[in-house]
Amino acid sequence: MNASIRRTFATAGRVLAQLRHDPRTIALLIVVPCVLLVLLKYVFDAQPHTFDRSGAPLLGMFPLIVMFLVTSVATLRERSSGTLERLLTMPLAKLDLLLGYALAFGALALIQAAVAFGLTLGPLGLNVSGPTWLLFVVALADGVLGTALGLFVSAFAATEFQAVQFLPAFILPQFLLCGLFTPREDMQTVLRWLSDVMPLSYAVDAMNRLTTQSGVSSLVVRDLIVIVGITVVALALGAVTLRRRTA
Amino acid sequence: MVRGGRPVLNDVRLTIARGTVTGLLGPSGCGKSTLMRAIVGVQKVAGGEVRVLGRPAGDAVLRHRVGYVTQAPSVYADLSIVENLRYFAAILGVPNDGVDRVIAQVGLRGRERDLVSRLSGGQRARVSLAAALLGTPELLVLDEPTVGLDPVLRTELWELFHTLAAAGATLLISSHVMDEATRCGHLLLMRDGVIIADDTPRALLARTGATEIEAAFLALVTKQGSDTTASPDQSEPVKGASR
Repeated sequence: MNASIRRTFATAGRVLAQLRHDPRTIALLIVVPCVLLVLLKYVFDAQPHTFDRSGAPLLGMFPLIVMFLVTSVATLRERSSGTLERLLTMPLAKLDLLLGYALAFGALALIQAAVAFGLTLGPLGLNVSGPTWLLFVVALADGVLGTALGLFVSAFAATEFQAVQFLPAFILPQFLLCGLFTPREDMQTVLRWLSDVMPLSYAVDAMNRLTTQSGVSSLVVRDLIVIVGITVVALALGAVTLRRRTA
Repeated sequence: MVRGGRPVLNDVRLTIARGTVTGLLGPSGCGKSTLMRAIVGVQKVAGGEVRVLGRPAGDAVLRHRVGYVTQAPSVYADLSIVENLRYFAAILGVPNDGVDRVIAQVGLRGRERDLVSRLSGGQRARVSLAAALLGTPELLVLDEPTVGLDPVLRTELWELFHTLAAAGATLLISSHVMDEATRCGHLLLMRDGVIIADDTPRALLARTGATEIEAAFLALVTKQGSDTTASPDQSEPVKGASR
């Protein structure tokens, strides 16, 4: 068990070291969401309540989307460079590898969320009724969920082109159905069902509740549990896609 | 064994003795890598049995005892040499002084902090080899480790291989360069998924009456060609045991 924890942290350290050698990616990860939030603020300059309504859901969505993209490409590189095959001939449990990735990108999601929150709640003056710390926890959970989904989905991509295409294929339908554009309860039944099984819906639901309600409601806790649950399932499915023996 | 819908290895039976340097020689695409992957336990095997160090290939216990270097250097291009090796050392549970040892063994002292992406192909291959040496494995499976290296370095690496074997390790080294055969204690010649010779270099030359391995290989292929027309096709895909 001890050795397993050591391997998990070694993997997380290695992934972070790879990122350290790529400062441009780190800068993009942190700057791009901030730029988008600033744009959002001034696009709705005349309607401040629109920014208040959509700001928090987007704060939860950015970490998910960005972490999904970064993780799926990083894992694909691991598969295609042969390092994954090498690691799997070594005494490394699949879960050690996946948790190492989740830990490293989770740390990155933490920094990204902290910067985006500082900007949105500070200079941009976003008004939310719920507690800020819970907003932050939900955004962080979204980031880790994005990492887990990226790890899983990358198994189905053979090239980096395909991996990047999974973003529109996998995330945009969720983006349309998550309730950001139209409330989920007003959708057609089939779309409603679809949106019920999509992880992003719960991320946005939680953020919407925190925007409008003060205090910690049990529904927010339920959304958070669903997000964490999907993360665990995606990590488990990701472990299944790592094969020690291939044809 | 079938790979990509096409049988790659056919009726391969072989045993590799401990503490030897065995060369696996044959043209590109003859199934060398597939055989090596089967021995390491990353290849799905259609039929037969592969045993390594007394265990089924790919057994969890073997992950500490077998080192494997693929043809393409499988190291992280965006990390430095020392960062790569420290990571693999942590996974194997090897202390960090092991990293200095393997860097010296593959002749990369002084380049530790260089990013792998800035190294030449041969240097990358050596980083990959260094990673496999970290755990002082009992069996080393090296897929074309000396391709593209200058003759001095190649000689040094072959000396290293023999030093490792003298210390008790078993090495299986593939190459498509026939002149590397003379450096091996034992030879497996392979063609179209079939082992056509399993002998010492000296015995092989004596048996075929050739003066070099290339000629011996040709003699065996010619002989095999005339045999195949006489005997029916062997279709039973049985994989032989390694040790």
